[in-house]
Amino acid sequence: MKDPFHRTNHPITREQLLRRAAVGGVTLSLPGLLAACGGGGGIEGQQPETEATTVEQVLVDEITVSNWPFYIDQNDDATKFPTLEQFTEETGVKVNYLEDINSNEEFFGEIQAPLSRGQSIDRDIIVPTAWLCARLLNLGYLQKLDKSAIPNIVNLEDSLASPVWDPNREYSLPWQSYITGLGYDPKKVGGELTSVEQLLDPALKGKITMLDSMEDTIGLFLLEMGVDPSGEIDPTAYDEAVAKVQKAVDDDQIRQFTGNDYTGPLSKGDVWASIAWSGDIVILQADYPNLEFTIPDTGGMTSVDTMVIPTGGDVYTASTFMNFFYDPEIAAKVAAYINYITPVKGTKEAITEIDPALAKDPLIFPTPEVLENVYEFNAEAIENVDYQEKWQAVIGV
Amino acid sequence: MTFLHHHRWLTPYLLLAPGIAFLVVFFVVPLYYLGYTSLQEGTVQVGYTFTWAWDNYSNAFDQYREQFVRSLEYAGIATVAALLISYPLTYWIAFRGGRWKNLLLLFIIAPFFVTYLIRTLAWQNILSDDGLVVNALQLLGLVAEDGRVLATSTAVIAGITYNFLPFMALPLYVSLEQIDKDLIEAAKDLYASSTKAFLRVTLPLSMPGVIAGTLLTFIPAAGDFINAELLGTPNQAMIGNVIQSKFLEITDYGQAAALSVILMVVILLLIVVYTRLVGTERLAG
Repeated sequence: MKDPFHRTNHPITREQLLRRAAVGGVTLSLPGLLAACGGGGGIEGQQPETEATTVEQVLVDEITVSNWPFYIDQNDDATKFPTLEQFTEETGVKVNYLEDINSNEEFFGEIQAPLSRGQSIDRDIIVPTAWLCARLLNLGYLQKLDKSAIPNIVNLEDSLASPVWDPNREYSLPWQSYITGLGYDPKKVGGELTSVEQLLDPALKGKITMLDSMEDTIGLFLLEMGVDPSGEIDPTAYDEAVAKVQKAVDDDQIRQFTGNDYTGPLSKGDVWASIAWSGDIVILQADYPNLEFTIPDTGGMTSVDTMVIPTGGDVYTASTFMNFFYDPEIAAKVAAYINYITPVKGTKEAITEIDPALAKDPLIFPTPEVLENVYEFNAEAIENVDYQEKWQAVIGV
Repeated sequence: MTFLHHHRWLTPYLLLAPGIAFLVVFFVVPLYYLGYTSLQEGTVQVGYTFTWAWDNYSNAFDQYREQFVRSLEYAGIATVAALLISYPLTYWIAFRGGRWKNLLLLFIIAPFFVTYLIRTLAWQNILSDDGLVVNALQLLGLVAEDGRVLATSTAVIAGITYNFLPFMALPLYVSLEQIDKDLIEAAKDLYASSTKAFLRVTLPLSMPGVIAGTLLTFIPAAGDFINAELLGTPNQAMIGNVIQSKFLEITDYGQAAALSVILMVVILLLIVVYTRLVGTERLAG
């Protein structure tokens, strides 16, 4: 039997680290110590780039990570996070793991004020969706990764290696990707769903939900209109898509606009069909086998929830944390539990040992055909204030 | 001590100082800041600048009149409903509760040991489309066969009524409980019928409770957003939902602050009219 703690790219041990720190200890300065205290608050501004490369390589005692709910493996009675415990065991760093991101917009609203004043938000890693990471980077709210602490970065999927906003992945690393499509109960809906248009069928009046994130919902409608949402989006096309959703609101067709919280009513049967995220439905299927997930024929949306280090976070420890989750064995444990699309190469092989069926699930390891049929919403269009306001008007606020 | 002896006039001010300091820090400063923010414009990307942007107010009013009206309507209906439920309830506890008074009061308050959010989420289950309540209502013909309760304005108003009921019931109870029972007896001795005794003695004496209760219920209810979000659809969005999303989601702080100021002023005006009509001196008992 293989030692579960043996990993291919074993990171340096805590002792080695301490030794290394002691050797470089002459440079241990007060600001370094402050930074090492990780989010004590009031660390002024962003670290200048030159400093980021000579950051103290000392692990802090505890780091704080903000992520989305149900986005990491848990034990059977949901009291523990096994991979986080393994991380603590191996590095001695405790993880204060918060599941406090429910919506990118809302999360940004919460962190924006302190970050704009150059203050720490008491978090070492946050995991917003790519477009928000791009915004945070543009606003100067992020710190560079310490790549010397992330040898496992070689495992990053090639397709995710150079996004437009961070071409060399200097500030960010993907956590998981997701696909937006339709989650539904075929029995209640009365057949297969293949398009978003079908959600507007009067027979489903009051029994559907859509996502309150514009890029997911409008993205699917644009695709159905034959518009590629990853490219430039024409205002008339956008208005047309918005008008379709608005009409559905006026007709009382749409029961709610939701974040992750569509899962409750969908599993209880109050809602029959939802615009949904792939991993959520895979998780629900374990308890509600009646539910299906499908990507509309005209295409689905996708994006990457991405780890970044905000101002005030401890760069070295955060980078060590990222490195840990880029080990395929660890990534496999996470993927086997949360069923989203992992950005770590070699996970498919590693997951076969846990559950061979998972390796064949196209929602976790999408086939090339699936990947060709999903689109990432144009980041500039997401930032378009006019578009944002029109969307907010539709969802009633 | 000698200092105070010589400056006797200072004593009341010194006694007031903590209260005034509290009001300045937690009321005047935030209020000033809210007003200041409401006249700013800008976005997160370019920053926010103070420009006397009165546009925020006119836009807020034009765009969200519907949500304003809806909020006042829902809060008004919920307040009346809470009063109609609380009055007989607290009347009975105060006059017939006997030694069970405290226990019965505890029953009113007990559900509120559970957090607001959880209680409201529980209503999602209670009013579920295939749940007992809705099925029973369908049997009675009160809800159409394919109808629903959850995600309607009925559910939102019911949620608000339920969540703010103690704010109505407790002041009502206090004023009913304080009524001297001999007065009612005296009215009856003077040949007043039970109805007349209630209308001429009990009801007027309980007015301070009614006024305090309606204010305590109406004001927070008008600004509520949890019930509309969890029990309604986009067509039930209240002004609280708009303010919440403007502040937290689209970070349009200027307009969010303008909406808050408008809501505050509207409520203030309503209260002035209301207390003029029923008389403020009654509030003091």
